[in-house]
Amino acid sequence: MAKLPLPLPDLIAQFGPHVNAAPPGGWQSVGEPDRIVKTHCCFCGQQCGIQLKVKDNKVAGFEPWEDFPFNRGKLCPKGVKRYLQNEHPDRLLTALERRDDVGFSPVGYDHALDRTVRELQRVQLAYGNDAVAVLGGASFTNERAYLLGKFARVALRTANIDYNGRLCMVSAGAASKKVFGVDRSANPWSDIPKADVILIAGSNVAECSPITTDYLWSARENGARIIVLDPRMTPIARTADLYIPVRSGGDIGVFNSMLYVLIERGWINREFIANHTTGWDAVERTIRSYPPERGAQIAGVPASMIVRAAELWGPARTSFLLHARGIEHHSKGVDNCSAALNLVVATGRIGREGCGYAMITGQGNGQGGREQGQKADQLPGARDIENPDHRRHIAQVWGVDESTIPRKGLTAVPLFEAIHDGRIKALISFCFNPAVSMPDGNFAREAFERLEFYANVDFFMSESSRYADIVLPTALMEEDEGTTTNVEGRVIHHRKVVDPPGEAKEDWKIVCELAARLGAGDKFRFTSPREIFDELRAASRGGVADYYGITWERIDREYGVFWPCPSEDHPGTPRLYEGYRFGHPDGKAHFQSVDWRPAAEEPDTDYPIILTTGRVVAHYLSGTQTRRIGGLVAQSPEPRCEMHPRLAESLGVADGDFVRVESRRGAVVVRALVVKTIRPDTVFVPYHWPHDRSANNMTTRAIDPVSNIPEYKICAVRVVKVSRPTDAMAEVPQQAGGLA
Amino acid sequence: MSELRFVIDYSRCIGCQACVQACEECDTHRGRSMIHLETIKRTDSVQTAPQVCMHCEDPICARVCPADAIKKTADGVVQSSLKPRCIGCSNCVLACPFGVPKYDGYVDQMMKCDMCYDRTSVGKRPMCATVCPSQALSFTTLEEIDRTRHGTAVNTWQFGGEVVRTKVFVMLPLNHPAIHVDRPDSRTPTTPARRSNDDVAALLEGM
Repeated sequence: MAKLPLPLPDLIAQFGPHVNAAPPGGWQSVGEPDRIVKTHCCFCGQQCGIQLKVKDNKVAGFEPWEDFPFNRGKLCPKGVKRYLQNEHPDRLLTALERRDDVGFSPVGYDHALDRTVRELQRVQLAYGNDAVAVLGGASFTNERAYLLGKFARVALRTANIDYNGRLCMVSAGAASKKVFGVDRSANPWSDIPKADVILIAGSNVAECSPITTDYLWSARENGARIIVLDPRMTPIARTADLYIPVRSGGDIGVFNSMLYVLIERGWINREFIANHTTGWDAVERTIRSYPPERGAQIAGVPASMIVRAAELWGPARTSFLLHARGIEHHSKGVDNCSAALNLVVATGRIGREGCGYAMITGQGNGQGGREQGQKADQLPGARDIENPDHRRHIAQVWGVDESTIPRKGLTAVPLFEAIHDGRIKALISFCFNPAVSMPDGNFAREAFERLEFYANVDFFMSESSRYADIVLPTALMEEDEGTTTNVEGRVIHHRKVVDPPGEAKEDWKIVCELAARLGAGDKFRFTSPREIFDELRAASRGGVADYYGITWERIDREYGVFWPCPSEDHPGTPRLYEGYRFGHPDGKAHFQSVDWRPAAEEPDTDYPIILTTGRVVAHYLSGTQTRRIGGLVAQSPEPRCEMHPRLAESLGVADGDFVRVESRRGAVVVRALVVKTIRPDTVFVPYHWPHDRSANNMTTRAIDPVSNIPEYKICAVRVVKVSRPTDAMAEVPQQAGGLA
Repeated sequence: MSELRFVIDYSRCIGCQACVQACEECDTHRGRSMIHLETIKRTDSVQTAPQVCMHCEDPICARVCPADAIKKTADGVVQSSLKPRCIGCSNCVLACPFGVPKYDGYVDQMMKCDMCYDRTSVGKRPMCATVCPSQALSFTTLEEIDRTRHGTAVNTWQFGGEVVRTKVFVMLPLNHPAIHVDRPDSRTPTTPARRSNDDVAALLEGM
C-alpha cells in the first residue's frame, strides 16, 4: 500500500524540499525582536547554546548566547541558519492522507489519528503485536524518547521499537559499556585543553562537531600534540602533529600496534592495570602478534607513523582520546572502539583532570536519545530490557505487570529486513528518514513499499514521508520544550520559542493521543513535557543514566547538569571514574582483547575502490532540515565524489566531471572532486542527499554483531566517468536530489 | 579593561563558513555577507583563510577615493562608503592591499566589513568572531591573546616600500616583527613557509 502515490518530481514540486533563504518578511523587514529566547541548536550532539529572536510570534533570527559555557557563543553555519525552519513554506500544516494518483490530501488531525490506530490495531490483531514496529530518533528530546519507548511497550505492546541512533552511536556506546560499564563520554570538554596528547580517531571534527575545534586548538596552544586517524586529510588533520591516513577499517592495526610499542617501551601503567582492570593478560597475548609492521599492513600506512603515534601517546602525562563514526561505522565498530579504549586503560590516564576519552555524539540528542528506552534492547535509565530487576523497576514506574513488557526487539537493520520479508506489516516512525539514512537504500525503499500501513510523523515531507499512508505534522525543537543530553553527558534545556504552525502538534501530544485511542490513556495522562521529565527521572532512578536529581530549574541555574545525578543535592558528574571507580559491579575497567578482521565487503577485481561516507559541515543527517535552508544549500548544493588525482587519472576523470559510483547494491551519479587530500584507494561521498545522489544506495547492510551498527564507512565500488544525466530526477533541484 | 581587538589566526581556520553565514545576519547589511573566506587551492589542500577588513590606520581605500566617501570613525573603524558620496568608481576595490572592498551593483556603492560597528560600538563582539567555532577569528584583549595563544599578534604590514598598520591583528610565530607581503629580497628575512605536504599519496610512499 505504501508505494509512492505520484511520480517523485510531482511530489517534490508540491512538498519540496524547497529552499527558504531569508527571514520571515525578507531581509529588510526585521527590526528589533519582540523577545529573545535562550535555547540550544537542534543540529548535532554538541547542542550549542543559542538565542532565537522572535518577531510577531515567528522565529526571525538568532543572536549568539555567549554565557553558555560549552560554546560561549560559537556556532557552525547550521546553527546560524537553523532559525529559517519555523516559517518555512514546506512546513506541513495539516495531517495528510495518501490518495493513489492524487498524492496527499489534507485531513483532520483526529481522522488521521483514528485511521492510524485502526490500522495498527488491525495489523496487530491479524499478525500479532510485533507485526507493528515503531521507529524513533536521536534528535528527539529526552522526554519524547522516553515517551516513545513507553508507548511501544505499554500502548502497542510491540517488541519492535528502535531508533536512528542505531545508525550512529551504538558501537561507541557498546564499547564503553564493555570496557567501563557506562555508555557516556568519560569527561567534560573542559578536560580537552588540559591534555598533553590528543588522539582523534575517525572524526572529521571541523565539519561534524565544529565547536570542538576551539577546544583542540586551545590544547595545541597549551603545547598538546595532536594525532589524527582519517582516510582523508581533514582540516583538523592538516595541521596535526601526526596525521595517519589510515585505510578505512584498518584502525585496529594502528591501535594494537601502538599498544605493542607502549608495552615494548615500558609506557604502560602496570600498577594501574593490576589494581583497577581485568583482562590485561589476554590483551598482552593478543598484542604480541601486532608488531608495527603488521599494524602498518592492516592500516595501509607506514609503520613509522604508528611508532611515532606510540611515542607521542606513551610518555605523556595526560591524554585524551576522541573517537567518532570513522571507527564506529564498521561491522567491527565495537572492536575498533575497544582497541582504542585499551590505549586509555593501559596507560591509566582516565578519571582525572586532562585524562580520559570521549565519543563525539553525532545527533542532536545522540546521548540522551539512547538512554530513555527507545532502543530495541533498553529500558529508561539505560537499563537492560532482559534484566529482571530492571524490568521490575520500570514496570512499577509504569504501573504495569512486568510480564506485559515485551522483550528485546529488532534493531534498525534487521527491522527493515523484517519489513522487507513481511514479518513486520505496519510502521509508525518519528524523527527518522530511513529512505535516505538506512544503508542499502534501495532495499530500505523497497521495504517501505511492502508495508500494509505506514504512519510518518515529521515537520517536513521527508523522502520517507512520501511512502506513508498517513503523515502527521509535528513541531520543531523550537516549537516544543524539553531536555537533551549533550556530547559531554550534560543535560540541557530546550525552551519553547514559538507555537507550532497550523495544525502541527508536538510529538509528545501525538503519542499521548495515539495511546489514548489504543486504550492506554491512563498511562499517558501528561499535560506538559515537564511531567514526562518527572516520570523519566523516577524511571531512571538507580539506573546507570540516573537523572533523578536533575530538575529543569537546576538545569537553568547551573547551565546544565551532568548525569549520573542521583539526588537533588548531588552536584552531578562532569567527570566519570574519579578515584578509578569504574561502572562494572567489580569497580574495574575491563580490557577487551581485540583482533583485526576484514570488512564485510573489501574491494576486489570487479569493485576495486573503497567507498567511505560521511558528512559535510553545512548539512545534518538525511538533510530533511538542512536541504531546505538557503545558505546551507548554497554552501553545499549537491554531493561530490572526492578522489585523489592519481585515481582520477587512472579513471580518465577530471575535477567536475560526472562519475557513476556503483556498488553491488546501487549507484549514484555525482560530480568528481579531485583532491590530493584523500587516499588514492578510497573515494568519499557525503550521505545527506536522496535518490540518485544518495551515498546509501551503495552502502551495505552488514552490521556489527554486538552494536548492530551498519558498515557505512567501507564498501566496494567501481567508478566510471559518465556524461551529465538527463533523466527526470536529474532535472529536479539539487536540494531534492537532482542536479538542476 | 583593555581595548578589545580583532585577531585573525589563519592556522586555526577550518573553512566551515560560519563567519560567512553569520555575517549576513548582521543588522546593518542583512542578507549580504561582507567577509571573504578564501579556499587556497582545494585540489592540493583543505586550507582556507578568512579575510575581514583590516581597518588600516591610514586607510588606502579612503586615500584613493575621489569622492571622499570612505570615513574612519574616531575609534579606528573604516566604514563602508557613504551612499550620497560614493560614485561607484571602484578605486578602493583596486587599491586595497587586502582585497576587501567590493562594489555592490545592487545598492550601487562600495560595501565592506565595518567590524559590525552596530555591535562593537555598543560593546558586543562582531558576528563572525563571536560564532567562529575554531576562533580563527577572535575579538578579545591582547592580554588575553598573550595568555592563551602561542604566537605573536602583529598588525604591521610591509608592501614594497610602504608600511601599513592595521587595527586588526594576525597571529604569527613568536617574536615575528612585521609581515612582509612582497619583499622576498628584504634585508629582514621572511620566515620560510613550512613546506606543507597535504598530498596523502605522498605520505604513503614507500609502502
